Amino acid sequence: MNIHEYQGKAILKSYGVSIQEGIVAETPEQAVEAAKELQKQTGTGWWVVKAQIHAGGRGKGKIVGTEQRGVALAKNLDDVYNISKALLGNVLVTIQTGEAGKQVNKIYVAQDVYYPGESEPKEYYMSVLLDRAQGRNTIIYSTEGGMNIEDVAHNTPELIFKEEIDPATGLQAFQARKIAFNLGVTGEAFKQMVKFITSLYNAYDGIDSAMFEINPVLKTSDNKIIAVDAKVSLDENALYRHADYAALRDISEEDPTEVEAGEHNLNYVKLDGNVGCMVNGAGLAMATMDIIKLSGGEPANFLDVGGTANAARVEQAFRIILKDKNVKAILVNIFGGIVRCDRVAQGIVDAYNNIGEINIPIIVRLQGTNAVEAKKIIDESGLKVHSAIQLAEAAAKVKEVLA
Amino acid sequence: MSVLVNKHSRILVQGFTGSEGTFHAGQMIEYGTTVVGGVTPGKGGQRHLDRPVFNSVYDAVKQTGADVSIIFVPPPFAADAIMEAAEAGIGLIVAITEGIPTKDMIMVKNYLSSRKARLIGPNCPGIITAGEAKVGIMPGFIFKKGPVGIVSKSGTLTYEAVDQVTKAGLGQTTAIGIGGDPIIGTTTKEAVELLMNDPETEGIIMIGEIGGGMEAEAARWIKANGTKPVIGFIAGQTAPAGRRMGHAGAIVGGAEDTAAAKMKILRECGITVADSPADIGRLMAEALGVLVR
Repeated sequence: MNIHEYQGKAILKSYGVSIQEGIVAETPEQAVEAAKELQKQTGTGWWVVKAQIHAGGRGKGKIVGTEQRGVALAKNLDDVYNISKALLGNVLVTIQTGEAGKQVNKIYVAQDVYYPGESEPKEYYMSVLLDRAQGRNTIIYSTEGGMNIEDVAHNTPELIFKEEIDPATGLQAFQARKIAFNLGVTGEAFKQMVKFITSLYNAYDGIDSAMFEINPVLKTSDNKIIAVDAKVSLDENALYRHADYAALRDISEEDPTEVEAGEHNLNYVKLDGNVGCMVNGAGLAMATMDIIKLSGGEPANFLDVGGTANAARVEQAFRIILKDKNVKAILVNIFGGIVRCDRVAQGIVDAYNNIGEINIPIIVRLQGTNAVEAKKIIDESGLKVHSAIQLAEAAAKVKEVLA
Repeated sequence: MSVLVNKHSRILVQGFTGSEGTFHAGQMIEYGTTVVGGVTPGKGGQRHLDRPVFNSVYDAVKQTGADVSIIFVPPPFAADAIMEAAEAGIGLIVAITEGIPTKDMIMVKNYLSSRKARLIGPNCPGIITAGEAKVGIMPGFIFKKGPVGIVSKSGTLTYEAVDQVTKAGLGQTTAIGIGGDPIIGTTTKEAVELLMNDPETEGIIMIGEIGGGMEAEAARWIKANGTKPVIGFIAGQTAPAGRRMGHAGAIVGGAEDTAAAKMKILRECGITVADSPADIGRLMAEALGVLVR
């Protein structure tokens, strides 16, 4: 589960990680109040106004139809007001949002941390994540902060370092020192960096995070080490241990149809294609999407009805798929194991009758437990449904209806 | 022969008296699997499905000689159940549970690294040796004894492949569902290696999906050590990057773990890759036809 920068930073701070301080706001007036409050707390003279959306690349991204960037510097309170007004309620398009962009509902008014001082500010990159091959957490870090890390990895892979964490011991002090040495920080900044790394890993471990990406980590001109941005993702499987984090979910960041599907325990991901699908099991669902593509269509969704597909769930799944007006045909692919195909078939017939006008062709492929009885139910229902038992037959029928 | 489980395997069910455990243990027994008992802490001394219930895996192993355990314990307690089984001397642990926190699995993997137990899963359909033992949740009736070994991250997609293999006139030795989570006990490569070394297995089907590097690792091992035809399929050719496709581990993270990248690596390593999941059984039959005749 992804959370916003302001939420991630609050969590980091609670673990003793130094952050660029800020206050969240939902209106330009609140933003100005936040700026005044922040000036009182931190003494900052300028502010940075940052759009809060679940996507990176905000600094380079623009509000649709304007030149307004998703992160902007405000040198006075009028700037704070105007930037906030330009961001709030409007759609921000970044390299990660796709063309549709994301609506900005909240902004984060943050202190300016690039102030001049005894030394030059310097940006670094740091992330903590699972190395799947090793089954261990890893800290990835680089001297090249503030840039797209994929570009750094591509152009200068020698500037990216990894530090693997032994699950039995957790992060050790020598590892934090090694990272700080490799980043080339010295003196007070070295001490601050060791502390930053240690508390960052503690936070990652403590909250059951799935991923931390802090880009940039900033050494300020007065040798503080702080997280200027924070991309924090939580392990959904571990949310039961952190009941309070459920409230951090921002449903407005998600596709409304996906949210509705989730409420019915359907695992649905909306895609851009023209053929909907309903499948039991994640692997078979992905394979079914692939079949659609190979048959000349494009998958309109991923939808796993799960291991207990009954009539009610099947009907709900149809309703979800039909919300997408791009869908020109639906392929139902159920491999009945524990699930009985005849029950699914009855669910399809019921859904058809309950929903009423379904004007697009439906191809139903039911295989496994009671598949023959299921085909009989479909064939005798009088519905305009194409039924198949073999996967190859279903693929051929998709091709046929799209022709 | 076959691998991992056979008719002599003595199976213990952890989470025996729960609804999932009850249903699937019943199905396993019906298939002819030797289920020797189960564990539900606090219910020791009772009988369930005409078998003894124990308070701990240690007690169960001592009393029944169980050497394989299957876990239906809910996610918050599953890591503990796996480690308890390993500590009690169980040699093969099959974890069906879906939704175990990653942090718990990091700990489990580390714990098992210094013990002799092998873990299959979690978040998997289990293992079946056709006609001998079903230690999992797959529909037993689609399996038939034969020469094909199957390794897969997915449940229903495995059944699909099994059904095609059976309909192509072949059958299976052992099907191993390794699971769809980011951290699993037995990798694709390890499962393929087991089947490659099994005298009864003549051909292998390897089913993977987007996310992670396990299929590539297995393919490179096959290139260096393979002695039998391998048919590969990678699900998720149409999956968008960065979105989790059902399985916790099924997410394209970079250029290397897309379906296209994996399929390319498989082909470079001499594996016959099915573009369409509908062709898996036919390609296996063709490969074995060439080998046998």
